Amino acid sequence: MPTKKLSLEALARVEGEGSLELFLHDGKVETARLRIFEPPRFFEAFLRGRAAAEVPDIVARICGICPVAYQMSAVHALEHGLGVVVDGPLRLLRRLLYCGEWIESHVLHIVLLHAPDFLGYPDAIAISRDHRAEVERGLALKRAGNEIVRLLGGREIHPINVRVGGFYRLPSPAELSALRARLERAREEAVALLRWVATFPMPEYQRDYEFIALRHPSEYPMNEGQIASSRGLSLAPEEFDTAFEERHLPHSTALYCSLRERGSYLVGPLARYNLNFDRLPPSIQAHAREAGLGAACHNPFQSILVRSVEVLFACEEALRLLSLYEPPEAPALPLPRVAGEGHAATEAPRGLLYHRYRFDAEGTIEQARIVPPTSQNQASIEEDLRLLAESLLALPEESLRARCEQAIRNYDPCISCSTHFLRLRIHGR
Amino acid sequence: MSNPPRPRLAVWKFASCDGCQLSLLDCEEELLALAEKVEIGYFLEASRKTLPGPYDLSLVEGSITTPEDAERIQEVRRASKKLVTIGACATAGGIQALRNFARIGDFLSAVYASPGYIRTLDRSTPIAAHVPVDFELQGCPIHRFQLLEVISAFLSGRSPAIPHYSVCLECKRAGHPCVLVARGTPCLGPVTHAGCGAICPGYARGCYGCYGPMESPNPPSLSLRWRALGASERDLHRVFRTFNAAAAPFRRESEAHAD
Repeated sequence: MPTKKLSLEALARVEGEGSLELFLHDGKVETARLRIFEPPRFFEAFLRGRAAAEVPDIVARICGICPVAYQMSAVHALEHGLGVVVDGPLRLLRRLLYCGEWIESHVLHIVLLHAPDFLGYPDAIAISRDHRAEVERGLALKRAGNEIVRLLGGREIHPINVRVGGFYRLPSPAELSALRARLERAREEAVALLRWVATFPMPEYQRDYEFIALRHPSEYPMNEGQIASSRGLSLAPEEFDTAFEERHLPHSTALYCSLRERGSYLVGPLARYNLNFDRLPPSIQAHAREAGLGAACHNPFQSILVRSVEVLFACEEALRLLSLYEPPEAPALPLPRVAGEGHAATEAPRGLLYHRYRFDAEGTIEQARIVPPTSQNQASIEEDLRLLAESLLALPEESLRARCEQAIRNYDPCISCSTHFLRLRIHGR
Repeated sequence: MSNPPRPRLAVWKFASCDGCQLSLLDCEEELLALAEKVEIGYFLEASRKTLPGPYDLSLVEGSITTPEDAERIQEVRRASKKLVTIGACATAGGIQALRNFARIGDFLSAVYASPGYIRTLDRSTPIAAHVPVDFELQGCPIHRFQLLEVISAFLSGRSPAIPHYSVCLECKRAGHPCVLVARGTPCLGPVTHAGCGAICPGYARGCYGCYGPMESPNPPSLSLRWRALGASERDLHRVFRTFNAAAAPFRRESEAHAD
């Protein structure tokens, strides 16, 4: 019988709305339940009957924080179904665009959403009263990421320049050269950000996760690769359904995605880093080591450090891509008029994002399926919370709540995407 | 002498993608300056600290799609001296309003294995369908400079300087060649509310109407032009039925063309 119920109001500093419930029995946490109460938004249903050309504009609206990720998974899946391969400079520009979103989304999370947990402030504005230079530098770095997205996408939120087959317009040499100058500064800001985050007090907690991320033969993964796991799985994106299943539980409007017969797994920066440390350039590996990270990292609280490493990598990678860029002949490839079914997985800032589309010869979408990162992480977040809360039950309620929130934010959960946060209820304390 | 109390700002989210509130965080340099001028009373995307109402200005993102939200917006209105909706969801029902044209049961079973777990309304409605609204800022997403203008205007007690003419005027001012006339590219600019800065024509594509209808638009006339350029009835049905599908001029024009 519950002897006490503690409720935590809607969770702050996450994208979307949800709550946490802890069920206690004899001093043990039996169940931790992440309740997502974001209203259902039905995108997979909206996409039926739409033109394939409209898909990048529509799926962007799933998430205002990571619209590029939705556009990238969508265009790759549709091109896979059409039998079209976008390569060379157009592929390079897409990776550059993705670098912009990683920088913008990660820095938003590191500085504005997660840092306050580590430093004991309610928000970044309060941090800025004591550490103005650090917060201003973070906002400048975020703006640099936004500038990449604005140039290649047309605007930061819901970009308009991404299309199946390529882009509507190519950037001019003058625009790219201005971007290069801005990114040289951003790289320095990213080094400083990583060094600042490395000074944050870090809770001790380790868990043996099954990490899932893309793995590419030579690159740190963004737009393509095999779906790989830390326990030996390796699949092409079209084999997604053979390994993963989505379940619908009563307490959430987000579907739970898990590995068949294996259960929860983790996607996102921590998974990418653990599976692809060897794909980071030596200079970035050295910065990671200087910040106290090894080639493996099993402490989810250190995800803020890993995210900072990925920001630095994205700045470095963007500069490398700019130095290699030669304009292509046309902004987009011609597309055949054929029916098809296509699959793709890309690395959204928050982790693996799988899309599948079936369409007819007119290009009308017959079926769409989208599996966002947060619905994949939901089971893993609950397991973290159950284990973590158990070790912290002796703490005062306010401290327990703060640590639970911090643990949820380790995943940078995007609740808008997964239905799409936190009210804490403790039953039986 | 102590400083006068700062106006208290609240930001509320209903069914949405978070993009319009993100516009506030995307203000970056202006964000810290704004935080000095107002007291942030409720803005969960940015802060866990919440202050009680009444709020001098409430910004509302998202549309009403659940019975709980239909009650919550009443509480928000009661706690707010001025209430401004931000974005296509809050102002026109947003992309969620595509459900208004379908049977909700079909949508539920297309997405969820156990539709019985889900509580949702069969229509997505704008905030103004539920409570009085002091100003509606259009756009999917809104433009951050327009948002700053609206906040400044309300804080100083004047009307926001937000023009209600079409994207065409912004497009001309930006010096873009007209994609419709010069290239024969179908464009919704002539009926779409300004505010984005005519981005799409600047990227060699036609406007797709994400800022919703301008004041007194003439969509049937534009549709004739689209037909002459080779657009099908189905194309017209779809193009008016996106992010502002339930805004009356776009809804009527979509319904005038068969799917």
